[in-house]
Amino acid sequence: MSFRSTLTTATALLLITAPAMARDQINIVGSSTVFPFSTTVAERFGKSTDFKTPIVESTGSGGGLKLFCAGVGEKFPDITNASRRIKSSEVELCASNGVTEIVEATIGFDGIVLANSTKATQMNLTLRDIFLALAKDVPAGDGTTQPNPYKTWDQVNPDLPAVKIEVLGPPPTSGTRDAFAELAMEGGCKTFDWIKALKKEDKPAYKSLCHTLREDGAYIEAGENDNLIVQKLQANPAAIGIFGYSFLEQNSDVVQGSIVNGVPAEFEEIAAGNYLIARSLFFYVKKAHVGMVPGIEEFLAEFTAEDTWGDEGYLADKGLIPLSAAERESWAAKINGLAPLDM
Amino acid sequence: MIDFTKKAGFNLIRRHRAERRFQWTGRGAIAISLLFLLFMVGSILRDASGVIRQTQIALVVDLSVENIDPADPASASYGGLVKSSLRNMFPDVTDRKDKKRLYNLASPEASFEIARMVKENPELLGTTQTLWVTASDDLDLYIRGKVDVSLPERQRRISDAQIAWVDVLQSSGNIQRIANWMFLTNGDSREPEIAGILSALVGSAYSLAVCFALAFPIGIGAAIYLEEFAPANRLSDLIEVNINNLAAVPSIVFGLLGLSIFLGYMGLPRSSPLVGGMVLALMTLPTMIIAARASLQSVPPSFREGALALGASPVQAVFHHVFPVALPGMLTGAIIGMAQALGETAPLLMIGMVAFIVDIPDSILEPATALPVQIFLWADSPERAFTEKTAAAIIVLLIFLILMNLIAILLRRKLETRF
Repeated sequence: MSFRSTLTTATALLLITAPAMARDQINIVGSSTVFPFSTTVAERFGKSTDFKTPIVESTGSGGGLKLFCAGVGEKFPDITNASRRIKSSEVELCASNGVTEIVEATIGFDGIVLANSTKATQMNLTLRDIFLALAKDVPAGDGTTQPNPYKTWDQVNPDLPAVKIEVLGPPPTSGTRDAFAELAMEGGCKTFDWIKALKKEDKPAYKSLCHTLREDGAYIEAGENDNLIVQKLQANPAAIGIFGYSFLEQNSDVVQGSIVNGVPAEFEEIAAGNYLIARSLFFYVKKAHVGMVPGIEEFLAEFTAEDTWGDEGYLADKGLIPLSAAERESWAAKINGLAPLDM
Repeated sequence: MIDFTKKAGFNLIRRHRAERRFQWTGRGAIAISLLFLLFMVGSILRDASGVIRQTQIALVVDLSVENIDPADPASASYGGLVKSSLRNMFPDVTDRKDKKRLYNLASPEASFEIARMVKENPELLGTTQTLWVTASDDLDLYIRGKVDVSLPERQRRISDAQIAWVDVLQSSGNIQRIANWMFLTNGDSREPEIAGILSALVGSAYSLAVCFALAFPIGIGAAIYLEEFAPANRLSDLIEVNINNLAAVPSIVFGLLGLSIFLGYMGLPRSSPLVGGMVLALMTLPTMIIAARASLQSVPPSFREGALALGASPVQAVFHHVFPVALPGMLTGAIIGMAQALGETAPLLMIGMVAFIVDIPDSILEPATALPVQIFLWADSPERAFTEKTAAAIIVLLIFLILMNLIAILLRRKLETRF
């Protein structure tokens, strides 16, 4: 019967397409912060070599590592980007799925800036100011804590303007938020001696005190889209936004970065390590895929070329803050030599 | 006797006033919604207008044999040629930082453009040519007056020195603006000046083709069986309730289903329009079934009864008499379901189609992205020039949505039979 033969053909067609074809294209997943840099390298790599342009997916650091650690084989990504270091739990997850050999790569820094509209005055903050303005609980003065009572910046520090505290920042799912909590909040938190002492006695209590952001409306979760935060800052000169340095660089005509602990949020200061709220960006390579998927080694060579990640490289134009020359040299040797991850 | 006319007339003025009030409220509602629409489309169009033309810069490039090996022209350093050409135009620039600023006037794509020109016209080798290459996005924004030069230099993306160079270039006729066809013929790029929509457009077209090929026959088959043949029992009721429920399920759920079944179990290639189309087909199936059933219901029962009375079998009655009359309505439902699928990003996120893909896909098995995904990715990019690209991509998406709805209306007008 013709109906039956149609059905058989359809099934046969499905079965032919079902077995995965040999993949000849590098597959990259991971952090949305590293995405702009990873895609730039991927594009140049595709154009300047005979290899296909790698596919880069923006899944977030955690999501990327989950996909990456799911197994070895063509179905699984070769490289994952991360805006934080891989956790030991993730290394274990990888190992349990047969992903035992991972190559770590640090590619540069990303500064996290606190910016406001150029129509307002530039803020001159310390980490302690940031902590006091944004923490859920703050020290009450006698070794106890109280719910954050501060409504305006001058209550936090008399030198600051009498403007309502209104900070637009990333949601808890974001790697930028984690880094901000760790570097800015905790940095300000441990300027109190008794809290610093608490770290040794009761680490969970110390962490929850230092990392928890207030939820009474002074800190507004503005989503992952940093362009949106920049637009909101233009509309509301009283507000401060938290986002990556590359967005400040692109929008320096409408927003200005705050000075943190006396250091302005500038390219040179972040590169020199003087600006305190800066984190490293990473990617991880599945060593088992090197040689299986063509072009991985060449892609790593392109990424670690001085023209790419150097002081004058094209990633610096895109807003990546380069590592120091010595660090670049040592990382390039490790990455190109496929040295295994050292936790 | 009661005088009804008088009794009715008693309230007539008030009732007419109420009627006028209601009509004016209705008109007001329409006016406000039109105003919002106008505002939205107007602001998108204003942003998108920047994409219509692109800026080019003329470079005098020395394509002599010393620079390019005629045996292997692809191996030459075209980036170096672009740089030396810019240096020759402004020989007094010596500082490293200034040199870098000078190089940034041309797009990073310029070297690839020259390489392509040489490859296509080998007779250029050994000569010195004036070639037009794409200018950088910052220069393009400046030429179009989108940079506020009254701001201090530090707050601008383009420096005083760069402005001086551009003015020299402009007065000597070395800068031109041409129609930006690259937006329609290029794939995605991280450089806004050369980023195009084609890879996303092709990806969307492939996904929708797969979606239609799967959902239309299955949807119509299901609708015909449920409407014409299924016995009226508990099971049929249950199926009907579930189909109506599925039509309201958030689309991300279908993406999760696709991830676990199509990618995980069946092992189909990630990021491919095949999987994208299958997920979108799952999503549009309930809508199509509901539309197809409604269309079958609207066929007068006399058609069916007449055919049966003349001795046709039930299948003949349905396929020879009911189905042709119901087809225009089914097609309309299908096109509206597809238009909905065209605008969907959430299910595509789970199956890896939210990705940076430069190459234009050749088949439904190659990685691809889709129009709404492209809009999402560009809206999230730091470079200022991507704002315009985002708006232009929205316009392209809107044009396709309008076209699809137009086709639905025309099909209905042309094929519909009135009773």
